[in-house]
Amino acid sequence: MLLGPSLALSAILFVLGVAGVLIRRNAIVVFMCVELMLNAVNLSFIALSQLHGVSGQIMVFFVMTVAAAEAAVGLAIILAIFRHTQSVDLTQINLLKG
Amino acid sequence: MFYVFALWAVVSAVLCITRNSPLASALWLVSTMFALAAIFVILQAQFIAAIQVLVYAGAVMVLFLFVIMLLNLEVVPHDWKRWPGWVFGIGLAAVLGVTLVSMRSYTPARLAREVSTMPSPVDPRLVFPEGNALVAATASQGAVGSVAQPLFQGYLIPFEVTSVLLLSAVVGAVVLAKKKL
Repeated sequence: MLLGPSLALSAILFVLGVAGVLIRRNAIVVFMCVELMLNAVNLSFIALSQLHGVSGQIMVFFVMTVAAAEAAVGLAIILAIFRHTQSVDLTQINLLKG
Repeated sequence: MFYVFALWAVVSAVLCITRNSPLASALWLVSTMFALAAIFVILQAQFIAAIQVLVYAGAVMVLFLFVIMLLNLEVVPHDWKRWPGWVFGIGLAAVLGVTLVSMRSYTPARLAREVSTMPSPVDPRLVFPEGNALVAATASQGAVGSVAQPLFQGYLIPFEVTSVLLLSAVVGAVVLAKKKL
């Protein structure tokens, strides 16, 4: 069943994702850390779906769809920002109207 | 077996958030996703594991690699934030970790007991059942069928809304990536 260890691993991966979002400066790496957090949550859905039936797996399916859409739009935004400022350093992107 | 893949996932994730080069980070994230796919198989979600490899490790990460290579960034020697920033970040993540660890005392029985003391429209035994519901469904319908049947019956409208979401994401990405915004 491995419910407890799965949820613990999910928590560890989520915390690592949060730490990555907070400490990195490269916008693309921050984005990848968001994907890591989504994956961690998927793991807890899957672990709990053993107990509660397949609805958890269907929720994972929807999370993956939203993550794919989010990656496409987010990377397009990063491309637009890069064209504007020639940098993806989040500490440099600090002007609301540059 | 689970613990091997769990260790693999955690080590890959740590390397993903500590590598300086975004390319190395992306490849370590792919490694994490493969380990998670293996864990999904162990947790009896074979279909989701296949989707994880195809969609996440395949499509989404290739998109990331394309953008990294398209931007052709120089590797900065130190990609972390300046000193108050990263200490604050790790501290906040540690607080979150402690909060999550403190939730390990919640067992399904305790949750059912606490929920049953509150007024609730549903029977708590329905929300927190004991036993293994998934194995029975997979045994009778197969790994794909047990996911597909509720997806195309109970979750049909969310599924159709998802297609609209993907269409709007495609349109949004094309508009945002145009030369002149």
